[in-house]
Order: sequence, then structure tokens, then C-alpha cells
Amino acid sequence: MIIDIREQAFDPLNEIRQVVATQPSLRGKYGANAIFIGTMRDFNEGDHVESMVLEHYPGMTEMELGRIVDECVAPTPVLEVLVIHRVGQILPGDDIVLVSVWSAHRAAAFSACRNIMEALKTHAPFWKKERLSHGERWVSGNTPGDDCTPE
Amino acid sequence: MRVTVRFFAALRETIGSSEMTLDVGPDHDKSANARSIWEQATRMPPDPHVRVAINKTYADFDAPVVDGDEVAFFPPVTGG
Repeated sequence: MIIDIREQAFDPLNEIRQVVATQPSLRGKYGANAIFIGTMRDFNEGDHVESMVLEHYPGMTEMELGRIVDECVAPTPVLEVLVIHRVGQILPGDDIVLVSVWSAHRAAAFSACRNIMEALKTHAPFWKKERLSHGERWVSGNTPGDDCTPE
Repeated sequence: MRVTVRFFAALRETIGSSEMTLDVGPDHDKSANARSIWEQATRMPPDPHVRVAINKTYADFDAPVVDGDEVAFFPPVTGG
């Protein structure tokens, strides 16, 4: 399990390649790699968003993400998990979060990836503050993960 | 006893403080919990939307607090 909180922008696909390159034991053992990448939009609730600051609770964030990953992979044969989350100043188009799960077969990878992401959304101590053209505001809540209604 | 109280995000701005050290009197020692710490720190009734963590682990307002604990209060999380 690799959990990383970053203040700098990152390239998710490069991070995934690095994990595979630095863990020779993964090669030939995984047949599925499920990936979720969350990216900052330039709109929210009908407003143009210029930038965002992501605050977190250092120490608790890492502990909580570790607990979430442990809980989500326990019932599944997962080989490796990578979670990267940005904090600090973020711009539209920046990737905010990466969840990457490797397993022998797709079912475990898909389910663990989604479950980790949903638990992160509701439990990991991060808070977004948006900068708009007419001021700032805290994001009050996350959209449900099963909400497929067009915005 | 002495506890560290921390506030995050919108709550930090509302309270006007990110961290404070609270001395809880001997009368409160037996019954100190996150609710009593919140009331002493904020002078406000507990807000059902506020989340509580003790020593960086989620807890309830009813959870006991002991000397040296770090008690954090924050709004619903919005990461990801």
C-alpha cells in the first residue's frame, strides 16, 4: 500500500508506471489495474471556479486513508494499492486524486478501487475552498457516488 | 487535565482559531468528553453537522477525553 499526500502537481500515469517499475514482484502477477483519477473542474454549482485550496488534517489524513485501504482490500485478493491526493493550491485541470489498484482479475480491482474512492470521499479529512470571480466559498459536501444525473 | 483542541476548514474560520490548549478543571475530569470540550472551547451548543476526532481517529461527541488528548472538530469532508 502506498499513500502519498502531495503539495505539487503529479502525473497519475507516470506514478502508476513507477509503481510497476519499482515492484518487480507485481510483473506477471497482475492481470487488472483499475484506476480512478479525480480532476479539478472550472465550474461548480453554476459558477466559474478560478482555483481551489485543499486543506487537510496532517497525520489523520494518512491514518484514515490507511484504514480505508485496509478495510476495502480485506475481502478481495488485491496485490497493490496506490493512493495519491493533492493538498494546497490547485488549478482547474489539475489532478486531485489517484486511486490505482492491481489484482489478478478485474472484479477485485474494480470493486476495491471504487470502494476506496467512495470511502475517501466520505471519511478522509480533506476540505475544499473554491476561489470564484466574486469571492471564496467552502465546498459544503460531495456528490453521491451513485448519482449519474447529468449536471 | 490539559487537552489540545483543533479546528479545521470553515469551522476554523468561524471559531477564529486553528488550535488551542484547554485546561479542564478537576470537576470536569470524571465526565470530560468531546461534547464538554466543544462547549468549553467554543461556548456554543454541539452542532450535529460537526465531525469529531480524538487523537486523529473519528469519535462521537460522547467519547471520553483524557489528559493529553488531541480533540479535533471539523465540518463534513469534501476531498477527492
